[in-house]
Amino acid sequence: MTAARRRRAAGPLFVAPFLALFLLLFLAPLGYAAYLSLFQDRLIGGNVFVGLDNYTQALRDPQLLHGVGRVALFFVIQVPLMLLLALLFALALDSGLLRLARVIRLGIFVPYAVPSVVAALMWGYLYGPDFGPFAQLSRDLGLPAPDFLSDGRLLGSLANIVTWEFVGYNMIILYAALRTIPQELYEAAAMDGAGAWRIAWSVKLPALRPALLLTLLFSVIGSFQLFNEPNLLMKIAPDVISSSYTANLYAYSLAFTGQQVNYAATVSFLLGLVIVIASYAVLLTANRRRTP
Amino acid sequence: MTTTTPTATAVPKTTAPETTPRRARRRARRSTPLTIAMLAALAYFLLPLFWLLIASTKSTQDLFNSFGLWFSHAPQLLTNIRETLTQDDGVFVHWLLNTVLYAVVSAVGAALLAAAGGYGFAKFRFRGDRLAFNLVLGAVMVPTTALAIPTYLLFAKAGLVNTPWAIILPSLVNPFGLYLMRIYAADAVPDSLLEAARIDGAGEARIFFRIALRLLGPGLVTVLLFTLVATWNNYFLPLIMLNDPDLYPITVGLASWAAQAQNGGAGASSDMLALVVTGSLLSIVPLVVAFLMLQRYWQSGLAAGGVKQ
Repeated sequence: MTAARRRRAAGPLFVAPFLALFLLLFLAPLGYAAYLSLFQDRLIGGNVFVGLDNYTQALRDPQLLHGVGRVALFFVIQVPLMLLLALLFALALDSGLLRLARVIRLGIFVPYAVPSVVAALMWGYLYGPDFGPFAQLSRDLGLPAPDFLSDGRLLGSLANIVTWEFVGYNMIILYAALRTIPQELYEAAAMDGAGAWRIAWSVKLPALRPALLLTLLFSVIGSFQLFNEPNLLMKIAPDVISSSYTANLYAYSLAFTGQQVNYAATVSFLLGLVIVIASYAVLLTANRRRTP
Repeated sequence: MTTTTPTATAVPKTTAPETTPRRARRRARRSTPLTIAMLAALAYFLLPLFWLLIASTKSTQDLFNSFGLWFSHAPQLLTNIRETLTQDDGVFVHWLLNTVLYAVVSAVGAALLAAAGGYGFAKFRFRGDRLAFNLVLGAVMVPTTALAIPTYLLFAKAGLVNTPWAIILPSLVNPFGLYLMRIYAADAVPDSLLEAARIDGAGEARIFFRIALRLLGPGLVTVLLFTLVATWNNYFLPLIMLNDPDLYPITVGLASWAAQAQNGGAGASSDMLALVVTGSLLSIVPLVVAFLMLQRYWQSGLAAGGVKQ
């Protein structure tokens, strides 16, 4: 084999291990879910092909629709808040105006290294009426303890946990992007008479677009598959969090408590589809805004 | 994303991210109001961790009877740690070791696979390379939990359920890692260096392992660390894949303890509570240490992925 031919063969060989596993562990489960979603287990007749029946059932399933609606609401409120905070923190850190910048940066990032199970447990106990410090303080002041786990507040309490976990992660991505803006751009802007705010708005924000898009994309994916936090808080607030509180929780309980494998596959597949569509919608809107 | 998102116009053409010249910062003016505002924000992020640290020093009775944000009269952190580690014949130590095994094998494997793949896509042209890369890129958007249930069903058929492989195998494929490594390799590994090595007669595998892999360092650490965290903190996948408590990672183990503590009732009778709290603290420490030690590397690696698309 000549050197040139060896070289041509090398590229595919480098990507082959990844692609092989990708095929087995990404595409195969997707395909399998699609296949399973076309069947139903019936008492009479066993496993029968039903075409798109599961999908028409799912699209009319109030539990699924409520679950998706709930995470959509969660996404619309929690994500902008989280990304705005992350952006403000990143800009503050990058401004060079802070004392203790290193400590602050790492301190805000630390929650990302905390497992969401632990985060949910910690906040669950903090929220709790028994030994949560908020309840303790209210009692000391003679006030009724705030019920963070009531029906009306639970989504907000969940949003707080998720925000706590991921602001720092998003901040770091944005901060890393800010650090790569070349100094000449600032010098040019300063020469044109731009102040700190003007520079942040006209130089930093446009340069952050790709990084912001990335964080937004991750947030779409994260929000719609919300599972860990509600699953753990469920044990503390079983009356408020049902087994179909989020779409993902619903898929899980269908598969593992209800033994409805085919329907669970349908719900999983639909949920994946919703996320892909939402992600593309985000990308398309972002691209359209860029070129008016 | 390469095809659908804009490239950053303001991004400098850097050679390797780690050699990007740190721009000189004006250190003269510091803002006290801004610092105070950020310290207030910091307090919010550290409050739960502070609470956890305090709570880990308390007996279950003290958890209920003393103020949550300060020590009780009889701190007993070491007693709690000992009880956590010895409960149920040391099952927590088992969980800890399982977690380390799953996380380390997944992270090293995922980082190497992503590095080889990213390098292959960045430095070689071959038939179908675009298609394959775009396929992987699209997969970034497919949520892992939507995949988890079908993966479970497949693994159940293959007899892989309730084995360590059920956790490790799915964690090895990190589409975002591949994307990051491709961007990183395109910048950090100069073509001229590869040409020079080829002229010297080095084989492609040798070039990758001896030369490229070193230049890919920070990118590799980034993928490694983020896969490590993802696997360490993973809950959904092991929850569905494993039902033998001896195979649990910490997350599933802690959740099962928490459920037991909850079932013990809200009163002081639930002795598991102190163990859940102390176990939570113990589960956090290794990752926080890893992040602090490796921060220089992963931050420069992230810079590449966050900016260029």
